[in-house]
Order: sequence, then structure tokens, then C-alpha cells
Amino acid sequence: MRNILAIVERELRGYFISPIAYVVLTMFVFLSGLFFRAILSQVMAMEMVNSMRSQQFGGGAPAPLDMPGMISRGFLSTMSVILLFMIPMITMGLFSEEKKRGTIELLLTAPITDAQVVLGKFFAAASFFVILLLSTWVPMSVLYIYGDPASGPILSGYLGLLLYGFALLAIGMFISTLTENQIVAAVLSFGTIMVLWLVDVLANTAESGTREVLTYLSILSHLDDFMRGILATSHIIFYLSLMLVALFLTYRSIDSLRWRG
Amino acid sequence: MITVENLTKRYPNKTAIDGVSFNVKKGEILGFLGPNGAGKTTTMRIITGYMPATEGTVRVDNFDVFEKPLDVRRRIGYLPENPPLYPDMAIAGYLRFVAKIKGVPKSSLDDEVARVMEKVNITDVKDRIIAKLSKGYKQRVGIAQALLNDPPVLILDEPTIGLDPKQIHEVRELIKELAGSHTVVLSTHILPEVEQTCHRVIIIERGKIIAVDTPQNLRFQLKGVERVSMEIAGPAAEVVSRLKAMPGVLEVRVVDETDGRCRFQVEGELKKDIRSDLARAVVESGWGLLELQSETMSLEDIFLKLTTAEDLEKQS
Ligand SMILES: Nc1ncnc2c1ncn2[C@@H]1O[C@H](COP(=O)(O)OP(=O)(O)OP(=O)(O)O)[C@@H](O)[C@H]1O
Ligand SMILES: [Mg+2]
Repeated sequence: MRNILAIVERELRGYFISPIAYVVLTMFVFLSGLFFRAILSQVMAMEMVNSMRSQQFGGGAPAPLDMPGMISRGFLSTMSVILLFMIPMITMGLFSEEKKRGTIELLLTAPITDAQVVLGKFFAAASFFVILLLSTWVPMSVLYIYGDPASGPILSGYLGLLLYGFALLAIGMFISTLTENQIVAAVLSFGTIMVLWLVDVLANTAESGTREVLTYLSILSHLDDFMRGILATSHIIFYLSLMLVALFLTYRSIDSLRWRG
Repeated sequence: MITVENLTKRYPNKTAIDGVSFNVKKGEILGFLGPNGAGKTTTMRIITGYMPATEGTVRVDNFDVFEKPLDVRRRIGYLPENPPLYPDMAIAGYLRFVAKIKGVPKSSLDDEVARVMEKVNITDVKDRIIAKLSKGYKQRVGIAQALLNDPPVLILDEPTIGLDPKQIHEVRELIKELAGSHTVVLSTHILPEVEQTCHRVIIIERGKIIAVDTPQNLRFQLKGVERVSMEIAGPAAEVVSRLKAMPGVLEVRVVDETDGRCRFQVEGELKKDIRSDLARAVVESGWGLLELQSETMSLEDIFLKLTTAEDLEKQS
């Protein structure tokens, strides 16, 4: 455990020594703020239309829209797309840089197991991802100050984003073991994540049999229920198994790295 | 302490080492000498468990590298060919990280880091960022990290490369100091390095061990002889006695004998080309000289390459 912590600590320090952490954080905070505002005004416009309509047609008090709920749902869904772009930047250097610097030789000859190295790296990336998610608390708190949102869907939405993020981080980490060049790792990870995202679009045009499979594979489709406040085991299992498969592939890739030298 | 048996490493397009076997005794300093591409780094990487061998076994302190990798790694301090440094870290912070993954207890972490920094004389620069260090300082940080947790075995891949003469001297003294209590394997392609620091030398070329001896014996052996291989149609015994009687000839051996033709190996004094004398003697005796060739004695080849390296070092 101590070995894993040592690696987590070094990796996190590495994030904050290099400009990457600041670039990613700044971009993310800026974009999340921007989209929050956009979603806010959109929902307010809808509410206005709604109340005007009910006044026109009379019939007592207008059926009120769940404004905070719509805002939080829209916001968290948008975050899932923005994170898609951020995750390759978090994972690109995890192993590629170790290979380039030759420090992989230190990690692989130290009295620690490959699994500890892989987990240490993953926990570091996951911690940084949690920091990113926590930064969205700033716009979210606006909802709590000016409204009374239902906390259930918000919490389950965050849980969904967390699981989704962990799965993608593991995929990005695996890809960073394949190259010495972190830009290549970032581009490849981004491409892979894009494919996993877009199978959804393909699913719309596919025949019924393949459609189910493609929809199942789509990383975003499993998020919807979380956003609605539904915790379905099948979605949780989907993200967790994606993560575990990617972690295992990373582990195997390190092993084959040893063979190739 | 280290037992290497029949070690072979094949890459898809290249055999890096081929059937290498040797032993290193406890407390011994063993030098691994060979030109570029000989297979020094590959051998060391297998001993440290960085990569598995294609064939053969390595045991360190009776633990098999492949079966008990962690037990082996706990006993080894390794300086890879390129010091494994994180450029954006400060020296002390880097050494603390390595100490942690090597399992140095928390209570003695600071002391241990201070100890190795003192050993390689980097205490006064301990807060400098590694990226900004000179090559020599980086090499010293690399050595310091190998010494952390005081492992009984040290594997040092070209420990003095990139250092200035004063630093080279310091590192050699440090290695000598380690002898006795530590088992050291170091690689180099510089002859004086092994002469000054090692108890025993293995010369390796193209993946094969071609000599194992003390540095003194090797130098004598290397400088002592010139080898010629001859094929002669004539009576073997007579040829041997005739050639042996010639001035400058030290030894004549029959290597092969098939129906009247013999292959001989003749050793002569160094720097004395005996080939024309040999040819004349054979012809004058009425035998048929079928072949005469200066044997590409690999030891000499390597010696030549090594002396060039030695000269280069002197020049710089
Ligand atoms: N990963 C690899 N893939 C293919 N061939 C390799 C690989 N690593 C090393 N080799 C080859 O194996 C041979 C031995 O290399 P090695 O690095 O062990 O030599 P060395 O004795 O350390 O040389 P040097 O003095 O230059 O450091 C070389 O011919 C090298 O090209
Ligand atoms: Mg080498």
C-alpha cells in the first residue's frame, strides 16, 4: 500500500509541477462555468414561455417546471462531454513519459509489483479527475443557493460521471503504455473514446439485433439513468467492467514491455 | 552471490546475448568489459529482473530472478545505462521517492537520503531541479539512488560515463569502498576502469563471453601473443618441431589433421610479424603451404577497440 501511495504522490506532484494540471483545470472550470450559464438562461427562457402559455390559456396556476432539476441534469450531461476531451490529457503521460525518460526501468526493477505501479498511476489520475469534478461544485452551489434542487439525481449523476471517468481514465492509461510519445497517446485515447461515444450514433441506423449491442457499448448511453436519479446495477457493472478490463490490459502491456525490452 | 547460467536473449531480429554463464562471489567487484553492442546492458537488465531471458537462469542470493523477482530486486541496487531520473523533481525529493518504493522505513527515510547524498557528494545541491543538473551530477544522482536502502548487490551500467576525471576517481574510490561488504557488477568499455577497480573481468563480445580472468592476467594475455593459423600439407610432428625452433615463435598446436593436411595454430611474440618467416620455412622444407592467415583473435580485436576507447579517454 505504501508503495502505491508513493507512486500516487509522485504522479500528483508531477501533474502540478507541469503546466498540464493548470491548463486542464483552467479550461475545465472555464468551460463548465460557461455551459452552466448557457443552460441556466435556456431553462429560464423555457420557464418564461411555460408560464406565459399557462396565463394565456388560463386555467389557474401554471404547472411549474422542475427548473433546478433540468439545470443540473443538463449541466452534468454537458460535463460528460467536456470530460471526454479532458481525460486524454490526464492520462497521456502516465506511462509514455516513463518510457521516454527511462524511469520505467526504475519502476520495473524496484521491489514493487507491476500491479502496484499500475494501481498507483491509476489512483493518481483518478484523484486528479475527482479534483476536476469537485470544481463543478462552484456552479452547482448556485442551484442550492437560489433554488431547492432534489439532491438524489444530482448525487447519482455525480456517481455516474465518476464511474464513467474512471473507465475512460483506465482506457487512456492503457493507451499510454503503447507509445513513448504523449501526444500520440493523447490523440489515440481521444480517438478511442470518440469511437466508444459515437457507436451510439451508429446504433440509430443499425438493425435491431446490432442496435442493442451498439447501444450497450456506447459509453454515454449508460449515463442517462444516472442523470435521472436511477441507480441501475447494469450500468454500474458496465463502467466497472470497462475499467477493470482496461486496467488488466495495462498490466499485460507492462509485462509485454518487459519482453520487448 | 550471483549465478548466471546459460543466459540467452533473442530479440526478433537479433541475438543480444548467447549462452552466457558466470558467477560472482560475495564481496567481489566484477567488471563487464566489451565494445558497444556486446550485450552488457542486456545481461544487466536480465539480472535486475527488468526483462526476462529467452533461455537460462539467474540466481541472486539463491533466489531465481524469474520465480522470486521481488526477493531479488530487494537485494539489488541498479544504475541503468541512462540514469532513471524525473527531470522536474528536486534531487532530495526524487531520492525520497525512490527510498519509499524501495521500502526504506519512514523513520529512517531522511537519514538514508542524507547518507547516499553524502556518499556521492551532492548534499550541497540537494534542492536543485534534476533537469538543470549537468551530466556528471545526474550520473551521481543515479548512483545515489542505486545505493538507497544499502542493497548487498549493486549492478552499475557504465557508472563513470559522463563524469570528469576527478569525479571518475571519486566514483572508483566509492566502488572500491563498497567491495567486501557489497557485491558489485559494473560494465564499462574502458580498460583502465576494470584494472583499477575490479577483482575479476569478463570480456564479452557479440553476446558471448570470450575471457574471464583477473585484469592483470588479461592484460598480460592480451599483450603477450600474436596468433597465426596455417594449413600445411606435410607431416604434423616434423612441422611442429621445425616451426617451434624458429625465433619469435612461442607455441605451435595441431588443431586438426586430415589425410596429410594439418591445421596449426602458431603463437608468436606480439608486434613481431612472423608470417613471412613461417611461409619461407614451410616452403624451404618442401611442404605445401595451403593457407596462412593471421587469426582474427577476438580478444585482440576487442583489445584494439578497447585501447581506442582508452586512448580517447586520455585525449579528452
Ligand atoms: N529492445 C531491443 N530490441 C532489439 N535489439 C536490441 C534491443 N536492445 C538491445 N538490442 C541489441 O542487442 C545488442 C546488445 O545490446 P546491449 O545494449 O546489451 O549492448 P551493450 O554492451 O550494453 O552496448 P553499449 O556499450 O553500447 O552500451 C545490440 O546489438 C543491440 O542493438
Ligand atoms: Mg550498454
